[in-house]
Amino acid sequence: MTALSTRGRIVIAALATVVLAAGAVGYIRIAAAKEPVPVASSHVTLSPGPRLLVSTGRHLAVIDSGTGVRTVSALECVRVYAAAGTGSCLRPQSPWAYELVVLDADLREQRVIPLPGLPNRTRVSASGRMVAWTTFVGGDSYNSGGFSTRTGILDTRTGALTSTLEGFAVTIDGRPHRAADVNFWGVTFTADDNRFYATLATGGKRYLVEGDLAARTLRTLTENVECPSLSPDGTRIAFKHAVDGDPTKGWRLSVLDLASMRVTPLAEPASVDDQPAWLDDATIAYTLRGSSGDPNVFSVPADGSGAPTLLAADAESPATLSPTPLQDRRNS
Amino acid sequence: MYLSTISRPTTEPTEGQPRRRRLIAISANVFALGAVSLVTDISSEMVSAVLPLYLVLGLQLSPMAYGVIDGVYTGATAVLRLVGGYLADRFRGRKVMAGIGYGISAVAKLGLLAAGRSVTGIGLVIAADRMGKGLRTAPRDALITLSTPPEALGRAFGVHRMMDSFGAFLGPLVALGVLAAAGGSYDAVFVTSFCVAVLGVVLLVLFVRDRHDPGPSPVRAVRPREALTLLHTRPVRRLALAACLLGLATIGDGFVFLLLQRREELSIVWFPLLAVGTSLAYLLLAAPMGALADLVGRVRVLIGGYTALVLAYLLLFGPLGGWPMLVLTLGLYGLFYAATDGVLMALAGPVLPERLRTTGIALIQTGQALAYLVSSVLFGAAWQVWGPAVASRIAAAAVVLAIIATVFLLLRPAAEELPA
Repeated sequence: MTALSTRGRIVIAALATVVLAAGAVGYIRIAAAKEPVPVASSHVTLSPGPRLLVSTGRHLAVIDSGTGVRTVSALECVRVYAAAGTGSCLRPQSPWAYELVVLDADLREQRVIPLPGLPNRTRVSASGRMVAWTTFVGGDSYNSGGFSTRTGILDTRTGALTSTLEGFAVTIDGRPHRAADVNFWGVTFTADDNRFYATLATGGKRYLVEGDLAARTLRTLTENVECPSLSPDGTRIAFKHAVDGDPTKGWRLSVLDLASMRVTPLAEPASVDDQPAWLDDATIAYTLRGSSGDPNVFSVPADGSGAPTLLAADAESPATLSPTPLQDRRNS
Repeated sequence: MYLSTISRPTTEPTEGQPRRRRLIAISANVFALGAVSLVTDISSEMVSAVLPLYLVLGLQLSPMAYGVIDGVYTGATAVLRLVGGYLADRFRGRKVMAGIGYGISAVAKLGLLAAGRSVTGIGLVIAADRMGKGLRTAPRDALITLSTPPEALGRAFGVHRMMDSFGAFLGPLVALGVLAAAGGSYDAVFVTSFCVAVLGVVLLVLFVRDRHDPGPSPVRAVRPREALTLLHTRPVRRLALAACLLGLATIGDGFVFLLLQRREELSIVWFPLLAVGTSLAYLLLAAPMGALADLVGRVRVLIGGYTALVLAYLLLFGPLGGWPMLVLTLGLYGLFYAATDGVLMALAGPVLPERLRTTGIALIQTGQALAYLVSSVLFGAAWQVWGPAVASRIAAAAVVLAIIATVFLLLRPAAEELPA
């Protein structure tokens, strides 16, 4: 093996470089060719009606509850939500940056806010006035490499922007709490457009917090409640409940009754890592990924009975545009 | 299976020869190792740059799942480093061990494709990648010390670290280029990264040579017990102790960048640029600092580096503000890396017996890495109790204490025990 001359080795290195470069370039070209065909633009509206808003193939789409017909818009959104004619869309600004777009009922851009990190959750208050979002921020955590979250709220009426909840005064079980490791995610608004619920994680625990936007305060209500979603009647919170309090074991979709603080696990047996959305006071929709990784939207009764039903294939980030539920179609 | 070298490395005895302080003293082997590191770092940083995007947006993993994977990622290296170092010495196969390490990491890039959406699969693949890194680092540094005359070690490590960090600097750019060219396909990034990593292995096989020991004695296998006695030698013990103390006083990069970001209310979009700024400073300063270390003494440059760290910590909540503060802090932080990372290895080389060189290097690197881990936890606790300003000043004070300890450990006995 010592026979190889310097020249011979340089030739081998050059050949290897060429072959490897050709392989990489070839794969890149094949991958580029597989790029999904741009979605045809259709007229999509967020005005209230018996329809389901989803993100499908990374595009905002609306599914008619009666006919099941899907209308896909040209607007790219990885997370969507809408209420009372106000839409929220988290979309890529560049391959490595995202932004929040506030939409009116005809998908016209009302406001664009650059987002730190990767989109995770978004919600609009029932009145359409408040918009909230959560992103994952890399490198923001002191234990190297860990992810942290950043949650912001926009008041579309006054234009007031709360870029992060981290400046709010936190009380845990009535005691003031200050720590470097606080993270918030998954805001859901109450009817008064001031109070909201969210998840607070600190010291390895995850709490349900009740926030007051005007007072800039947050107080914990209970533990192990993530990604809360307030029912239309304001009495219950749907959320993901970490199995045995340990998120690495997965999450069970559950409902918390705010009056009794009783938790009811729902009929979905799979681990659900999503912020649930109420379709009406009795039904909850959520995204579930199959083993192939493709997202599907399911619904399940909010009282723990029944069984999950496939609501929309190849879709995620569900939100109803209608106070009239999608039940009719599910039962037909 | 050895391949002949392209040029004789300067490993001839240097006694009696005039000290040459020219760049020529850096052997072809060091450049070859530098080229392998450069190429491999392009490959690995490509993946690091897109992995969060891939896991969270491509696979829709939750931060929790990402955290679990990341824990595996960092935890997997420490012990393996020691095992790899010992095996390299035992079988006198530093190049082979480094090659296995580089090879595992290369294959792991394809493993990311094969793992698909399975969190367990991805975790295993990332663990394998880190395993490869753990296996290769100490043999590589041992090879650098073995192909460089003692008086040129600072320069050799300086040049190597410069090439290494240049690769790390290019990696994210290449990844973004591939993402743009491939229509956002993460698969294309992984395949390209694999091809680049294979090229690194090819370069290693072709151009890096292991050291043939001229000694007449038949190879006596290194025993585990012998490896344990390494710490019985005073210089090794002192160096390992100093490395651990300094590691214990050093807080993680994440903290420093986070504090800078908070202090300056930087838009988080700019956040990654803090790391880029630091590596740019590191890249530019690594070779000059290495040369300086050979010229004025490695311990002095090491201490200078930690002094730069003290200043950087103090600047985090100091009188300066705005861009001057950012640039100065990142510059000092890069200077700290440039004056300490390779220089510590240059210090370690000569005090370690040749047959246990890899094990010794692995021991010092592992000790320092574990100390970092402890310091991060301690700093997190200090932050929680006293707030970031006080915590960063405590960290600065801790570094000062570690510097004083280092002076006593390394500088004073320098004449009798350590080469300049």
